Amino acid sequence: MANTAVATEASSRPKYGSMSRDRTWALRWSYFFLVLFAIFFLMPPIYMLITSLKTSAEISAAKNPWWISNPTLQNYIDLLTQNQFLIFFRNSAIVSIFVVIVTMLISVIAAFALARMKFWGSATLATGVFLTYLIPETLLFIPLFKMFAWVNEVFDVQLMNHWWTMIILYPTLTVPFATWIMIGYFASIPKELDEAALIDGATWMQTLTKIFIPVALPGIIAATIFTFTVAWAQFLYPLAFTTSTSELVLPVGIITTLIKGDVFNWGQIMTGALLGAAPPLIIYAFLMDYYIAGLTAGATKG
Amino acid sequence: MADIAARNPAVSTGDSRSSLHKLMQRKSTIAFLMALPLILLLATLVAYPAGYAVYLATLNKGMTRFVGFGNFEFLFGRDTFWLVVYQSCLFAITAVIFKAIIGFVVAHFVHNIPSKGQRKWRGMLLVPWVIPPAMSTLAWLWLFDPSYSALNWVLAHFGIGNVPWTGEAGWARFSVILVNVWIGSPFFMIMYLAALKSVPEQLYEAASIDGATWWQRIWYVTLPMMRNIIAITALFSLIVTFANFDIVRVLTAGGPLNSTHIFGTWAFRVGIEGGDIPLGAAVSLFMVPILAVAATFILRDITKRGSEV
Repeated sequence: MANTAVATEASSRPKYGSMSRDRTWALRWSYFFLVLFAIFFLMPPIYMLITSLKTSAEISAAKNPWWISNPTLQNYIDLLTQNQFLIFFRNSAIVSIFVVIVTMLISVIAAFALARMKFWGSATLATGVFLTYLIPETLLFIPLFKMFAWVNEVFDVQLMNHWWTMIILYPTLTVPFATWIMIGYFASIPKELDEAALIDGATWMQTLTKIFIPVALPGIIAATIFTFTVAWAQFLYPLAFTTSTSELVLPVGIITTLIKGDVFNWGQIMTGALLGAAPPLIIYAFLMDYYIAGLTAGATKG
Repeated sequence: MADIAARNPAVSTGDSRSSLHKLMQRKSTIAFLMALPLILLLATLVAYPAGYAVYLATLNKGMTRFVGFGNFEFLFGRDTFWLVVYQSCLFAITAVIFKAIIGFVVAHFVHNIPSKGQRKWRGMLLVPWVIPPAMSTLAWLWLFDPSYSALNWVLAHFGIGNVPWTGEAGWARFSVILVNVWIGSPFFMIMYLAALKSVPEQLYEAASIDGATWWQRIWYVTLPMMRNIIAITALFSLIVTFANFDIVRVLTAGGPLNSTHIFGTWAFRVGIEGGDIPLGAAVSLFMVPILAVAATFILRDITKRGSEV
């Protein structure tokens, strides 16, 4: 008996040691590969920054492209004093902010109705919301193009070539997802909470504003960030529906006005791209946890 | 308990029962009204255009005459169309596979390191997903520049000559997939990381007691536990990748010689830039079958999980 105990003890000891040695090596390899992947993932944004700090002369010189010999903010000054760029920025900002407001109003209220106040067809509608989320904008822009022409004919309202048309269009991309996340968050709130409120005589609107919105605030923040990011990044609709430089939003503006024929002013293009990427990145830096929670909730809840 | 006590007397009297009934009626009306903006928005700007696309696809170029399947027949007879079909499938399937593999591998590495450092790494690795795709693709376009490519500069140090990233058909196809993988794999990483965290530690302990190797632990414990999330993330991504527009449009605009066009970009070229709206609509409708298949699987999974809960 004692013999076997000693034997197992002896055989398990070195095994333990080798396991912890395995762990250390696994850890080292993990860090090694994480650094490699981080280089791969961060290389384009870093290169944007590097290029944006260079002069045109330095960019076209045959030198190490990853090194800046004469750092300059000239590209930033040029771009930020350019009327056109400021207009793009303003258009993008107004569109994104309004889209966030419209989306959150529509989706929070609808999600509450779908999650808590069942009505005829509400389950089908919830599935329908999810289905519309899966319909891509690449399928819709051509019929929309024709529909806008029809609206112009019949109602004499020109929807083409106006930045505010985007406020009408973008919610089709953001509302289904925002509603879907909010249904998930609302469904996870215990029923006792709103039942208690209703018994105390609260109306449905009061239950929503006094109980559901405060409790589901992380979900609302996540949906807001998501909506803003999508609205800011949207490229196809403004490319298809706006052409005048005064009506363009930032991503399309940078691509259509800074790239002129074969002349690429890469310093300014990269500066513009970086400034265009800045608002979502800044929001992400501060609210990363909400962002990630929203990302995983979208596909795992429901 | 208090809840039941408060309710019972109200239910026992006939008068308040009818008012309760009225409330129920009112409740469903209010609920419908609350969902109405959503219904109107999705009906007029998503469902209607989607159906309208089918109708448009059956018209002639001037949209004056019904031509039935004429546009489709025309497409089937064009080599470019088959090139687009081939490239769309190649692009979407290859990109999703690589995104899934890279996402899985990176999620494992992040999961391996001590948890206090994980947040920092996770935050850094998700950056490509946060930058607007059109903007980050511009950075790639500059990295791929034919004469000033910073990537070729690096590769030259390893003895690799000038790579024509966007200039030659094969390389251009590789480049658009590379950029798509770069943008999309962080999303897979986040999803898989969340799934990895939900696998109970005891399963791994049990497996290692049974003498499972590192590979067996992944194959017999991790993968089966994550099967659902892997499938759903891949299907989601398949839809989004298949319907992609930004990357191809900015990086190659379909070139060289239409070799990188996918359905979305070619529909734009034909329908908006070429002025043939019905033909463009017909092209974009070819996305529907694969979207429908992926959507069916996703919905089935969701309703299944809904009934499990």
